[in-house]
Amino acid sequence: MAAHLSYGRVNLNVLREAVRRELREFLDKCAGSKAIVWDEYLTGPFGLIAQYSLLKEHEVEKMFTLKGSRLPAADVKNIIFFVRPRLELMDIIAENVLSEDRRGPTRDFHILFVPRRSLLCEQRLKDLGVLGSFIHREEYSLDLIPFDGDLLSMESEGAFKECYLESDQTSLYHAAKGLMTLQALYGTIPQIFGKGECARQVANMMIRMKREFTGSQNSIFPVFDNLLLLDRNVDLLTPLATQLTYEGLIDEIYGIQNSYVKLPPEKFAPKKQGDGGKDLPTEAKKLQLNSAEELYAEIRDKNFNAVGSVLSKRAKVISAAFEERHNAKTVGEIKQFVSQLPHMQAARGSLANHTSIAELIKDVTTSEDFFDKLTVEQEFMSGVDTDKVNSYIEDCIAQKHPLIKVLRLVCLQSVCNSGLKQKVLDYYKREILQTYGYEHILTLYNLEKAGLLKPQTGGRNNYPTIRKTLRLWMDDVNEQNPTDISYVYSGYAPLSVRLAQLLSRPGWRSIEEVLRILPGPHFEERQPLPTGLQKKRQPGENRVTLIFFLGGVTFAEIAALRFLSQLEDGG
Amino acid sequence: MNRTKGDEEEYWNSSKFKAFTFDDEDDELSQLKESKRAVNSLRDFVDDEDDDDLERVSWSGEPVGSISWSIKETAGNSGSSQEGREQLKSRNSFSTYTQLPKPTSTYSLSSFFRGKEHWLKGQRVLVFSFQKTTQAIIFIYSGRKRLLDYSNDWSPSDTVRRLRKGKVCSLERFRSLQDKLQLLEEAVSMHDGNVITAVLIFLKRTLSKEILFRELEVRQVALRHLIHFLKEIGDQKLLLDLFRFLDRTEELALSHYREHLNIQDPEKRKEFLKTCVGLPFSAEDSAHIQDHYTLLERQIIIEANDRHLESAGQTEIFRKHPRKASILNMPLVTTLFYSCFYHYTEAEGTFSSPVNLKKTFKIPDKQYVLTALAARAKLRAWHDVDALFTTKNWLGYTKKRAPIGFHRVVEILHKNSAPVQILQEYVNLVEDVDTKLNLATKFKCHDVVIDTCRDLKDRQQLLAYRSKVDKGSAEEEKIDAILNSSQIRWKN
Repeated sequence: MAAHLSYGRVNLNVLREAVRRELREFLDKCAGSKAIVWDEYLTGPFGLIAQYSLLKEHEVEKMFTLKGSRLPAADVKNIIFFVRPRLELMDIIAENVLSEDRRGPTRDFHILFVPRRSLLCEQRLKDLGVLGSFIHREEYSLDLIPFDGDLLSMESEGAFKECYLESDQTSLYHAAKGLMTLQALYGTIPQIFGKGECARQVANMMIRMKREFTGSQNSIFPVFDNLLLLDRNVDLLTPLATQLTYEGLIDEIYGIQNSYVKLPPEKFAPKKQGDGGKDLPTEAKKLQLNSAEELYAEIRDKNFNAVGSVLSKRAKVISAAFEERHNAKTVGEIKQFVSQLPHMQAARGSLANHTSIAELIKDVTTSEDFFDKLTVEQEFMSGVDTDKVNSYIEDCIAQKHPLIKVLRLVCLQSVCNSGLKQKVLDYYKREILQTYGYEHILTLYNLEKAGLLKPQTGGRNNYPTIRKTLRLWMDDVNEQNPTDISYVYSGYAPLSVRLAQLLSRPGWRSIEEVLRILPGPHFEERQPLPTGLQKKRQPGENRVTLIFFLGGVTFAEIAALRFLSQLEDGG
Repeated sequence: MNRTKGDEEEYWNSSKFKAFTFDDEDDELSQLKESKRAVNSLRDFVDDEDDDDLERVSWSGEPVGSISWSIKETAGNSGSSQEGREQLKSRNSFSTYTQLPKPTSTYSLSSFFRGKEHWLKGQRVLVFSFQKTTQAIIFIYSGRKRLLDYSNDWSPSDTVRRLRKGKVCSLERFRSLQDKLQLLEEAVSMHDGNVITAVLIFLKRTLSKEILFRELEVRQVALRHLIHFLKEIGDQKLLLDLFRFLDRTEELALSHYREHLNIQDPEKRKEFLKTCVGLPFSAEDSAHIQDHYTLLERQIIIEANDRHLESAGQTEIFRKHPRKASILNMPLVTTLFYSCFYHYTEAEGTFSSPVNLKKTFKIPDKQYVLTALAARAKLRAWHDVDALFTTKNWLGYTKKRAPIGFHRVVEILHKNSAPVQILQEYVNLVEDVDTKLNLATKFKCHDVVIDTCRDLKDRQQLLAYRSKVDKGSAEEEKIDAILNSSQIRWKN
């Protein structure tokens, strides 16, 4: 079913199955035919764990998206709302329920909060006079969704904003709960490391939750050896830089949502005879990206400059395979060839898709402006001219390039200079407000509050120390056959991943000084295991480390981590 | 193949059209009913035909059978309730499961014992709900099999733990301030925002504002949650009171300012911005807020005036270049561009003149020149462009000067498709020779390239360039003349 989830060191299908079981159990509670009304946002994450067929098996006959006024007609016994706990959604639900009540045959309403019930929302439903209409009000903690054999996501887009801007710790609570679920399935993780304020809190919550569940001793042999919790704000630099891996660039240019990407359709027009050329598709082409696709698994983490050669090599292999048909003479040979056809055709389709995507990306990366932007980013990251107004940024503002691009560059400069000189900061601010509108005072204030943009205090720039100690800038990068994680940003080694690397070897004690400069505490906790579950380590055996980014991770960072893990596997 | 294609198209169109139609009786729909039923039955047939396990993908890439695909699908079939039901009936006759008898009334026994399953498991609280008339909620603590409302002996920590598990429980019995604060502290130590907020709602309701603020001031985590909560429910008044109490004046000011985004009417928005001027922003921001107000004030005047001019149809510029959008709420630089476009020659005294805008908002030279250049180039007013860069010194000599560098001038001119003669003039003014040569080559200013190569005595480059110009053109002749000249001492 989802075979790609079981390829990794840890079989994540176990988690997926657990999540699906819980969903089935809930559906069976609402006996009879049902319609599900979806908070549209949730369809993406749910799509990763269940298909419509699963719902259908449990008598789900209709599905709608949540919208105002009345529900579309459906002759079902149960109406179930699948929603995030948000106040504005409660208002819509109430509207739906009230107009349904007037319509006639009564049905049973239920509500499933994802990832959890909210007293605030229930209060709102009560105020609107509909709380009593719901028979089941439950929560479905879709905390960690398996994406790939080595990747889980909480798909919680707002987490960074909530944690660092609004100081709302709810998403940390979910993180801790997700980690508890994981430990219930894969055993207690004996060692927890962390860096940052949020990391500290999540670790505290986990320890507390464990204490509360002492009743049932976890008797599963631990799969993970370590857990590393990392605050996103320990490393704000990495997400500001442009990712240069294949997957990273797809995300930079088109945005990957719930492992899907939407691409301009022109490049993917069907090349069939007859209907070609007439009606070009107008709807975006949607593709799922994960390592279930062999070719994608091979190229996703490569530096984009190394993708072209793989694609052309692959093209030769496939056309050679198709040529084989001329050599097939006997019935047996022909049969053999035919049996391989589906696989070959899939491979050809996959190759065609990725060649098209690579072409689209190449159009961007070979543009002059992309080159200029990259040059400036690399200057900042290697510590060149970070203390004065940058003329490229000025130009971008003057030409009214997208605001997000300008802000990313300005913030990058700020981070690489431990804050901007007041005069420089004021200059940028003024230019931005005059060009993009004064209401962005609020935007800039938020960036300052989150620490992405700030005036330099104390007149000291710590970045060079951090850069040198952690070897964040590598001058000679091999993009084709990398020897260091810095290939993912063509020179810059992501700080977060460097921390993970140094933790495994030689340990954080060697970088105490830098750890003190970076924000938030760093710590180590041990979760004692009963003697029966303690691992007897064989020499040369690899440890399995789970790394949890609190506030998001970039695809380039994931690529860098995969690279490290391959190095480990290799020796 | 052809048959299904046509039908499919019809199907997709109709499903798009009918998804989320809320009206039961739609005349147009019932007219279409006949044909649609035909299409649908056909679809069923087709479905059955190729109902295999292979994953199919619709054009938009949603795998057939995925959740988001199915929403479109099942919603599309329910155009009108009548029809939906009919269709369902016909489908059910094929389906394997038998439908459960429907309860005849809301208060039937079956709905009464809906919670049975939980009860048997002995794990959860059983909740009965009576619809509509009475809303009585009875809790059965299943472990001990005794009815209980809520126990009075639950400590704050028990209560918080129950809240965290999503169980309903009353906070009303915590009456003393000490109890309430202990409850809050317990909630905070759990880090569960949901519970913290629940307790805060209770405190907000039962404590006076002064006491609530005072106690939260020393409890930062809870305080942040309250601020977030107030923002969420839009209780602007209490939020502002809170900021005032905490002396967080800048946040107070920004929070007030943020409100302007919700005001659509320009007059009202302007009046609101006026109330923001003088609030305790940082020194820098204060100036920006003042500018924001002044800008909108100007825009309202300009907009009224220009709309009138445009509709009167007497002014040439508006006739030739009708306005694409109103200037209201546009950024400053956009306003300046607008004013350079429509009001370039106006005297400084008018609100809409570019010079007036430049002075009022202290727009830097660079910014001004860039914007004016873009606007005048768009109108192909090359004289104005020329004047923009011409300065006279005290002896009366004219000189060309560009605060943004002539390479930028050239690029902007090219973007606005200026003719080669004009481009050439400005390319020649670029100081750095390499840049000049690059730009000239890029924009095909042949004369500049040729002359520069000659000046550089770079024979090789000139030779190379010869292949790029048209055969038999004046440029080619010019190059040949230079290459054959004996006056030049080539460096290569």
